[in-house]
Amino acid sequence: MAAVDIVGVRKAFGATEVIHGVDIAIADGQFVVLVGPSGCGKSTLLRMLAGLESITDGTISIDGKVVNLVPPKERDIAMVFQNYALYPHMSVFDNMGFSLKLRGAPKAEIDRRVKEAAAILDLDRLLERFPRQLSGGQRQRVAMGRAIVRDPKVFLFDEPLSNLDAKLRVAMRTEIRALHQRLRSTTVYVTHDQIEAMTMADKIVVMHDGRVEQIGEPLELYDRPDNLFVAGFIGSPAMNFLPGRIEAGAGPRFVSDGGVSLPLVAPPGGVGSGIDGRPVVLGVRPEHLHLADEGAAAEVLVVEPTGSEIQVFTKLGGADVMAVFRERHRFRPGDRIRVAPLPGQIHLFDAESGRRLVP
Amino acid sequence: MVAEIPSVTADSAYRMSLWSRLMTDRNFLGFWFMLPAAAVLILFLAWPLVLGIWLSMTDTTIGRPGVFIGLENFDWLSDDPVFWLAVFNTFLYTTVASIVKFLLGLWLALLLNKHLPFKALLRAIVLLPWIVPTVLSAIAFWWIYDAQFSIISWVLLKFGWITANVNFLGDPDNARASVIAANVWRGIPFVAITLLAGLQTISPSLHEAATIDGASGWQRFRYVTMPLLTPIIAVVMTFSVLFTFTDFQLIYVLTRGGPLNATHLMATLSFQRAIPGGQLGEGAAIAVAMIPFLLAAILFSYFGLQRRKWQQGGRD
Repeated sequence: MAAVDIVGVRKAFGATEVIHGVDIAIADGQFVVLVGPSGCGKSTLLRMLAGLESITDGTISIDGKVVNLVPPKERDIAMVFQNYALYPHMSVFDNMGFSLKLRGAPKAEIDRRVKEAAAILDLDRLLERFPRQLSGGQRQRVAMGRAIVRDPKVFLFDEPLSNLDAKLRVAMRTEIRALHQRLRSTTVYVTHDQIEAMTMADKIVVMHDGRVEQIGEPLELYDRPDNLFVAGFIGSPAMNFLPGRIEAGAGPRFVSDGGVSLPLVAPPGGVGSGIDGRPVVLGVRPEHLHLADEGAAAEVLVVEPTGSEIQVFTKLGGADVMAVFRERHRFRPGDRIRVAPLPGQIHLFDAESGRRLVP
Repeated sequence: MVAEIPSVTADSAYRMSLWSRLMTDRNFLGFWFMLPAAAVLILFLAWPLVLGIWLSMTDTTIGRPGVFIGLENFDWLSDDPVFWLAVFNTFLYTTVASIVKFLLGLWLALLLNKHLPFKALLRAIVLLPWIVPTVLSAIAFWWIYDAQFSIISWVLLKFGWITANVNFLGDPDNARASVIAANVWRGIPFVAITLLAGLQTISPSLHEAATIDGASGWQRFRYVTMPLLTPIIAVVMTFSVLFTFTDFQLIYVLTRGGPLNATHLMATLSFQRAIPGGQLGEGAAIAVAMIPFLLAAILFSYFGLQRRKWQQGGRD
């Protein structure tokens, strides 16, 4: 177990820079999820941490020691790959014991440690099988077993669940989380799935185009996204955005480009001083819209019941807006409803920079 | 009315069934689909083979149809030192050339599998010796090995490493080494390109996983590359051995089996006895004598090609 420090790290392939200076501090035992759309550099960053890619600039240290030039085998890390990368010609036992065998560990010790890990992961009965004879979930567990056996300082996961079906993915999510609670080892987990990030992480790092957009605890990112990108990326269904401007006055209002006017119920500090007339984007999560007589008029386009809730796609002043209701309203396409955001549940962003305006 | 409908349906289904059963029977259809290919194979491969075996049991010479003499040709060959020399040469030629082709081919494949500049061009160039007609490359080697004009001798002389031209094809040992070298040159591309194809099926993440597991370059080769390449190696080397064992053109152009029969292979000896020598029966007997060895090679490949335990079951 160890802390990991990523300071000013850059990565360039030839003339193309893909990671533009990233700083992340990971405490000992923390479960950190790097999340972002594909091509954001999260996997590259993980591979740099593993030593599979060189570091163009900046430093990565594990347990206080800079590892920029340390080969992977001496970094004392274990990695679970997206395609599991199990050795097809080795049995589950040999797959899990391979690193110990390379290290020259005595047979009895390999046997003991593999069996311990197999017991944790419920792989006892599969030790003689070959990877081809396993299901996707079993392979996933073997890949984790291979990592556990080594008892490394840091666990690295590279989109480990993306090859599993939806149901298994949810189950494995819990299993990985439970494993972390049991082993308490520092973990860096890469995914493009924000639900995985929200449910598993102690700390989420949202990346976009080779930059860190925001670092924080899951609910912190959900409640106070720093910018438009994080606001749109975290949360499902995604946050609604309405471009418009603020009209200060007795009761400050938001007026969208489509003419929708919403009162800013809790006047945010700073409104009125120079913010008047400034182009902004108002963000509101679908679950934070409720039916209100004084709300803005919206036309129902599509209704999707999921059982636990209904998702309603509407047209609100020319913008597509989605609302989610826990109550079982019987809307039909074409219905006109009036919706308003719950008090205090709106986010204002500067239209130009995308930065969060209200502290 | 209602009761009649099932019987009509059943009746028509029964009438349909004979024809439709045949048309959906895998064995019946398979037989007819395979027939054209089987006919071609039997007519042009199996029947000539039978004729060849028959010929080896006659005393046919050019201009005289022979009579059946049983195994007399083989009996005669078993006392023929030239025949046994050819057998020895064939084995030496096949063994040495195949091993060298395998080692160099594997090495070349590993090099080509790395990220090199002009990778596609390099791979195309590697294939050249394989594309050039054997007779043409053999003639080129004939010049390279020429007693007077050999470029190798010329270069070595210029460097002052030798004092007289190397007698490449005139000395028995040199001649053997020379024809083996030419065969290796010609055979490497096949081995290299096929092994390269095999190497590319190995997922890079396996190497990365092994790297993180602490494997050195050699250990990755030993524990990851080699085991995963074994099935391809079995195929490639079986074909390589078969091609080498039955080689004819190179020897025929370079040495015609000389000097002192030192480079006679079974194929060239068979040709020499049968066509220039006119002893068709005896030549056929030499050719037939190759069959057991070729069968052994095929059996080796049959067992080598069988799916290993780790390849069985499940899907990727």
